[in-house]
Amino acid sequence: MAYDYRPFAYTPPSGLTAPEPRHKIVIVGAGPIGLAMAVELANHGIQATVLDDNNVVSVGSRAICWSKRSLEILDRLGVGERSVTKGVTWKVGRTLHRDQEVFNFDLLPESGHKMPAFVNLQQYYVEEYLAERATDLAIDLRWKNRVTAVEQHADHAVLSIETPDGPYQLSADWVIACDGARSPIRDMLGLDFDGELFEERFLIADIEMQADFPSERRFWFEPNFHPGQSALLHKQPDNIYRIDLQLGWDTDPEVEKRPENVIPRIEKVVGHSDFKLDWVSVYTFQCRRLRSFVHNRVLFVGDSAHIVSPFGARGGNGGLQDVDALGWRLAAVVRGGNRDLLDAYDRERCFGADENLLNSSRSTRFMSPEDGVERLFRDAVLHLAGRTDFARPMVNSGRLSRPCVYPLTAPDADLPSGARPGAVAPDAPLEDGWLTEALGRDVVLLALGVAPPQVAGVRVLTPDVTDTLRARYLGAQAQAIYLIRPDQVVAARWISTDAAAVSAALADIWEGR
Amino acid sequence: MPLITKPNIADADGFYARLLATHKGLTEAQSHALNARLVLVLANHIGDAEVLTQALDLARDGAGQSA
Repeated sequence: MAYDYRPFAYTPPSGLTAPEPRHKIVIVGAGPIGLAMAVELANHGIQATVLDDNNVVSVGSRAICWSKRSLEILDRLGVGERSVTKGVTWKVGRTLHRDQEVFNFDLLPESGHKMPAFVNLQQYYVEEYLAERATDLAIDLRWKNRVTAVEQHADHAVLSIETPDGPYQLSADWVIACDGARSPIRDMLGLDFDGELFEERFLIADIEMQADFPSERRFWFEPNFHPGQSALLHKQPDNIYRIDLQLGWDTDPEVEKRPENVIPRIEKVVGHSDFKLDWVSVYTFQCRRLRSFVHNRVLFVGDSAHIVSPFGARGGNGGLQDVDALGWRLAAVVRGGNRDLLDAYDRERCFGADENLLNSSRSTRFMSPEDGVERLFRDAVLHLAGRTDFARPMVNSGRLSRPCVYPLTAPDADLPSGARPGAVAPDAPLEDGWLTEALGRDVVLLALGVAPPQVAGVRVLTPDVTDTLRARYLGAQAQAIYLIRPDQVVAARWISTDAAAVSAALADIWEGR
Repeated sequence: MPLITKPNIADADGFYARLLATHKGLTEAQSHALNARLVLVLANHIGDAEVLTQALDLARDGAGQSA
């Protein structure tokens, strides 16, 4: 069943009749990242205003693969369980060469996590849920408000906005550009991306059909139904399937998008013609980012800051990690906190973006090798991968999004590496609920098997040490103390410590170190 | 000692990228020559005749096919 697009109501903004008082934060773009940003800030007690040039959710499935970390973030925003319930949970991926399976993988072989490895859910559902959540939180969502100019001042920015009832202006202490890969704000500031543009195009289509394909990711190199190219199939809710087909560079995207050209290709993938074409688009592979995500009073988040080729689900998921990294810091800055927090956002998310860009570039090279030695090695890897184990990790159809480990200089100890400083604190079941839920959005001092030192400004958590907590947080040690940031990243850890050491690490968090 | 066929490179993607980077800017003939030198260098490092024979057999398996 195709999605029922219902327009959001446009209300004439008060700024049309009289100047509005200066806003703390204006978010430009009500896609998944802009809406998540608004809800995250509201959760930290800051009401932002959101502008969007349109009045509907995304057309077409667009971002569909939400990673475990994204689901944990969405859960804190109040839409995680809904997304998992509606979405298609999958953890097995199959890689095929010609029509033979080369190997398959299981993304989350261990239990004891609230959220699954991946859920497929069309971007329009995530936007719908977040918009509802934002409305429940009384966030000011201004549809059909298109930004036409941005002017930077020392301590604020002024936006010129066009509405169906004419133009007005808004001033804001901070503007967050969540306006997507083609970010008009980025253009208005005269900023451009650095990085690689690949000479490769993919056709991307949603089809509706009754089928009993299992909930798996399937990727083909050189399938018999699409010789010499690559293809990807993903199952989504509502009997919608997503198909990505490599086109090569010598094709005309406008011609390829025509139903009379798309439908025969898809018939070859699914083996019949009993389906309905729901949406089709063509994209070019790019792996590029802004040099900096912080430009005076304008902050870039999501695709406006960085774009990657899609076969790793690193676009939408990377954007949600930006939201996670910025929300608590910007809320603190608005309350008079240290401005270095924004430098820390820039530093950490440029690091995260670079990891995503590196992985995406490598996947793109493997999928779309240049003639000559690149193709020689690619084909040799595929040849060997069907015969022997060692070549399988070299087959690259996308390295699926995982949160990066930030390079923190912080107190560390001989404890499990999965929970080292800079990593997202791994989830674990507690007697009542989950660790990710218990961490919430405060700075938490997690004390396991030991009484925590008394420190102001932290919430103490002392759960019973279960086997899972022991495996993920203690290893061979009998006790440990973890300091965990509001974005659930481990800030520091000790086997034993005192109030002075914890206070010093706490100061590092709030001073952007 | 048998040939190791389980994954044995900690960062396979990083190695693969360095391998391609090593070839960057070379003609096809130069790349072939580089590959030949690389095989000889690695074979000398391995040394063990039994392992080398197994490696040669594995590489030859299916070599008559198109890819």
